Amino acid sequence: MSVLDILFYVFSAITLISALLMVVNPNAVNAAMAMIVAFVGTAALFVLLEAYFLAILQILVYAGAVMVLFLFIIMLLDVDRSEAEVAYKDKLAFAAAVIGFGLLVVLVAAAFLKGFYLPEPAVLPVAELPTGQAGGFAFTTSAKSFGYSLFTKYMLPFQVTGFLLLSAMIGVIVVSKKYSEDTK
Amino acid sequence: MSIGLNAFLTIAGLLFAIGFLGVILRKNTLVIYMSLELMLNAVNLALVSFSRFNNSMDGNLFVFFIITVAAAEVALGLAIIVALFRRRQSVMVDDLNALSR
Repeated sequence: MSVLDILFYVFSAITLISALLMVVNPNAVNAAMAMIVAFVGTAALFVLLEAYFLAILQILVYAGAVMVLFLFIIMLLDVDRSEAEVAYKDKLAFAAAVIGFGLLVVLVAAAFLKGFYLPEPAVLPVAELPTGQAGGFAFTTSAKSFGYSLFTKYMLPFQVTGFLLLSAMIGVIVVSKKYSEDTK
Repeated sequence: MSIGLNAFLTIAGLLFAIGFLGVILRKNTLVIYMSLELMLNAVNLALVSFSRFNNSMDGNLFVFFIITVAAAEVALGLAIIVALFRRRQSVMVDDLNALSR
């Protein structure tokens, strides 16, 4: 068992345990903190998969920007005070949620653990640069390969995503604006 | 590394299941929304592992776009939750049942 294998088990345990803590913690601020740990654990798994650029992006965007936004809204609305003893739904919904979760876990275990229904391809060595012929790009670790793909094969989605960000920005302004009677 | 594709997919599936549990178990809209993000994150992990084991860059690019869209989605969703709180003074899903009455 190599060091990377041990790291995989350690980081996946950290990710799963903190995700579970996020779900069961009655306090929303503590849940957000556990969520940050889960995101950082996922970023570590990305590093193990040699997707270094996405690992950095994950920490910057998810663990940084998104979770700061969540914490800001949680503290702004101050919902914890009323939530203290009623964090979960009633008994029937609770039982349904736990049984559904158990069924999903059994499904995942049967699909990926018991009997290995998916083929197990070996990890190929990482290419130096992506070769952009035949439509496919080989897996590379450099951020340069993202630029390669973004400006050739994924040009249209890239532009659409930029437009989406603009419309999301305008939408946020419109939704969170306070309309008073005289401005209408 | 002797860890295979199935091990990574198991972790992704379990993360997805935990996010699902949070979505149907919790009352607080903000925590439900965080669980949704966790489910999205689990899909990202599955995409990156497929990308690595298929020796293809496409999965990584998908995750790049998903992260961008998720950031926009979080900003808009939280704005909706704030607007909701302004109207109803609550973010618990039990209090948001106007359509079922």
